[in-house]
Amino acid sequence: MTEAPSIRTLDRLRAAAQAACRARRPEGQPVVRVGLATCGIAAGALDTAEAFRKAIAEAGIDARVETTGCRGHCYAEPLVVIDHPASGFPPILYPEVTPGKAGMLTRFFLGEGDPRFEHMLGATVANELIPSVLEFGRFNREQRLVMDRCGRLDPQSIDDYLADGGYGALARVLAGSPQAVVAAVGAAGLRGRGGAGFPTGRKWELAAAGSAPLRYVVCNADEGDPGAYMDRTLIESNPHQLLEGLAICAYAVGACQAIIYVRAEYPLAVKTLESAIAAAEARGLLGPEVLGTAFAIQVSLFQGSGAFVCGEETALLRSVAGFRGTPTHRPPYPAQKGLGGHPTVIDNVKTLATIPVIVERGAEAFRAVGTPDSPGTAIFSVVGDVVHPGLVEIPMGVTLRELIFDICGGVPGKKRFKAVQIGGPSGGCLPADLLDTPVDFDALSEAGAMMGSGGLVVMDEHTCMVDVARYFLEFTRNESCGKCTFCRLGTCHMLAILERICRGQGRMEDLERLERLARDVRDGSLCGLGRTAPNPVLTTLRYFRDEYEAHVVDQRCPGLSCRPLTAFYIDLEKCARGCDACVGCCPVDAVFTTRTRKKGIDQSLCVKCGECMVACPPEYDAVRRISPAHLAPVIERPPAAEAKT
Amino acid sequence: MIEIRVDGQPIAVCPGANLLEACLAAGIYIPHLCHLPGLPAAASCRLCFVALGDRPDPVPACTVAVQPGLEVLTDTPAVRRLQRSALELLLSAHTIDCRRCPANRRCALQRIARFLKVPLKRPDLPPLDPPGGPPGTGGELVVDPSHCVLCGRCVRTCRRLHGHSRLTFAGRGQRTVVTDWVETGPAIRCTDCGACIEVCPVGAIRLAPGANDPES
Ligand SMILES: Cc1cc2nc3c(=O)[nH]c(=O)nc-3n(C[C@H](O)[C@H](O)[C@H](O)COP(=O)(O)O)c2cc1C
Ligand code: FES
Repeated sequence: MTEAPSIRTLDRLRAAAQAACRARRPEGQPVVRVGLATCGIAAGALDTAEAFRKAIAEAGIDARVETTGCRGHCYAEPLVVIDHPASGFPPILYPEVTPGKAGMLTRFFLGEGDPRFEHMLGATVANELIPSVLEFGRFNREQRLVMDRCGRLDPQSIDDYLADGGYGALARVLAGSPQAVVAAVGAAGLRGRGGAGFPTGRKWELAAAGSAPLRYVVCNADEGDPGAYMDRTLIESNPHQLLEGLAICAYAVGACQAIIYVRAEYPLAVKTLESAIAAAEARGLLGPEVLGTAFAIQVSLFQGSGAFVCGEETALLRSVAGFRGTPTHRPPYPAQKGLGGHPTVIDNVKTLATIPVIVERGAEAFRAVGTPDSPGTAIFSVVGDVVHPGLVEIPMGVTLRELIFDICGGVPGKKRFKAVQIGGPSGGCLPADLLDTPVDFDALSEAGAMMGSGGLVVMDEHTCMVDVARYFLEFTRNESCGKCTFCRLGTCHMLAILERICRGQGRMEDLERLERLARDVRDGSLCGLGRTAPNPVLTTLRYFRDEYEAHVVDQRCPGLSCRPLTAFYIDLEKCARGCDACVGCCPVDAVFTTRTRKKGIDQSLCVKCGECMVACPPEYDAVRRISPAHLAPVIERPPAAEAKT
Repeated sequence: MIEIRVDGQPIAVCPGANLLEACLAAGIYIPHLCHLPGLPAAASCRLCFVALGDRPDPVPACTVAVQPGLEVLTDTPAVRRLQRSALELLLSAHTIDCRRCPANRRCALQRIARFLKVPLKRPDLPPLDPPGGPPGTGGELVVDPSHCVLCGRCVRTCRRLHGHSRLTFAGRGQRTVVTDWVETGPAIRCTDCGACIEVCPVGAIRLAPGANDPES
């Protein structure tokens, strides 16, 4: 059997790419790989890369600096891998590499072959010389199916991706029928990673059905959830995997136009995508006659201007068409009637980036990962009160406890875990009793949370759950497009009630009214934004009702966080005579000296900023926060004249 | 013609007809504000909920195309709960001063409130401040944000009649307003047809003083 033209063409491209990679990378030359995704850049990785280049040039060392994407270990950025084969060591991962450290590593490791063990995180591969990072839970419990190449390849280089086996799935797919791809994705049981978890195969089938003259594929890279950045990372670290998935999707459903809707607040992602599309078109991997076949796909970018609701698929389509980004009623679903009335498949970045993996490994192998109803992996951005925040890719079905404690190191500073908020601003807050909930679409929805796009915020005991609900509702209230009654006005009233409770002015009827409103907004709203906005309220009312009641009945904030309900005071037993640390930092001069030359806080002046608590030296640790506020012991301020003497 | 059953009563309708329109034509009242017959459903006022067959969650009737054998219930507790809640929310953002309102007695809110037995003034949902003055006004039409229920009938009617709309939505969330937008883009002339004023269910639109004055 002769090889299909697409595979022959790809083989030729790959051979050329491998040759180009070899030419760029002399055998044995030491290489410094700096992670230059947005997270790295924010931590100063550009300066680090520059410092390496300068130090290498100055020392006249034969080595090169390469850029890669993000490995997901955001707590350790800027993250650098140094591969120095001649030193006899395996590639080594260094965390928090400042420009100073870069100079030092250049001199000692690249120059003298001493890897400075005290600065490293570990080797990137198992070996006999030094401990490997794979021995840590944060590394070995992950299963990188989709993010495998993130942080390994240079996102700017299509040669890297081709040489690593990239676009093989596209070539394979083009050798078969579109129906076979739809069937394979359906058999793999892939569910949309954008939030709702709709079976991707069914969506494609729906869009491919019938004889439409024109079809579209849209990649949803709007990612408006605060604190979520997995789509950005995937694009910035490995854009070609997304493009490959996009092209496969277009082939499967019979589309010849694809649009990537990416938010304008992601300038690096936009730039990365633009150059990736240009590079792919130049190699004939996108554009007319993809890989020498009759299949054509034109990919364009659309920059959204950062409205959260534009991530909702119908609002996104309105926005692309040039209208106000407001959702429309479904059905008809975009897969039936989307852009310009044509069938339009809208899929999330992670969903599309998973497609090449499914094609490469086969539906069976994909199903073997994860749970029967939610196969594959989930990518979470874990943030909040957790030791090792960052991006984590785990098989579906791992429990929240494993994810938060075993993989991400748990809650820092001996504090107790209180809750975890999953699914972005419209997800739910789950308490400690539900930590054994497996991470999959159905189990999370059942608990009142949702998979969402994979934002996960860990909260410790010093979090007020009413305030958390207030915070997220404020976000959704501000992001409501204003089209439908429930979302536009219901969120306003809910927020007003929550603000009242946080001020200690809530009444018991408020809880009932809040719950009723939350249910009505959930059941009555037009789009997913309004339908899910009450989730933080409903779940906190369900699992942390005692905190609401404490606010209303006792004017007490159990998390010691709502300012009007708390007070700071100084424990005179612990306060040290003559120490003035808290006096200087108080912005309103509320701290005074007592007759015994210790300190007190004038409650009538205090604005509860907490600066004194930060300033008090740890050996005294004398500042206390208490709720309700009236429990703070009253310390008389000595008359002004007496204090002076 | 096909037959559907609404609250147990059979009615004959054209296949594919809009359920809200069909019910209204058959004399079965369903509260509604935003729907315009013949245009795609905006489904934004969230008042026209009905329960369909054995589906537990109410859906807006204006989004449903009838099919033979459809079973519709207009008066279930879940339907009424959502309708009352939506109305109360709308009233909380509406300045209630009926005696001085030009729409008094023909106002859709008054009719729906009477139908749903919801008092016009609710002590438990404190009135919300109306959104600030509409940006970019200056045209002949004035839309009062303290009365407007944002049903969008005026915007869609203007577009249907003239191909483009003089009135448009501006702002978002609770600060959304309908406004006569003349400051940007090619000026769209108002033809003084008055259609927007006519379709407004609550009397929130009027001509600016002196707008019809040939001098100005
Ligand atoms: C308020 C709101 C915001 C959303 N934001 C996003 C987003 O930022 N990215 C995304 O992929 N999907 C988002 N979605 C989900 C999309 O509507 C849609 O379900 C998804 O893009 C479908 O792709 P999938 O099948 O691959 O998940 C959002 C939904 C809602 C209701
Ligand atoms: S008339 Fe159906 S939602 Fe407004």
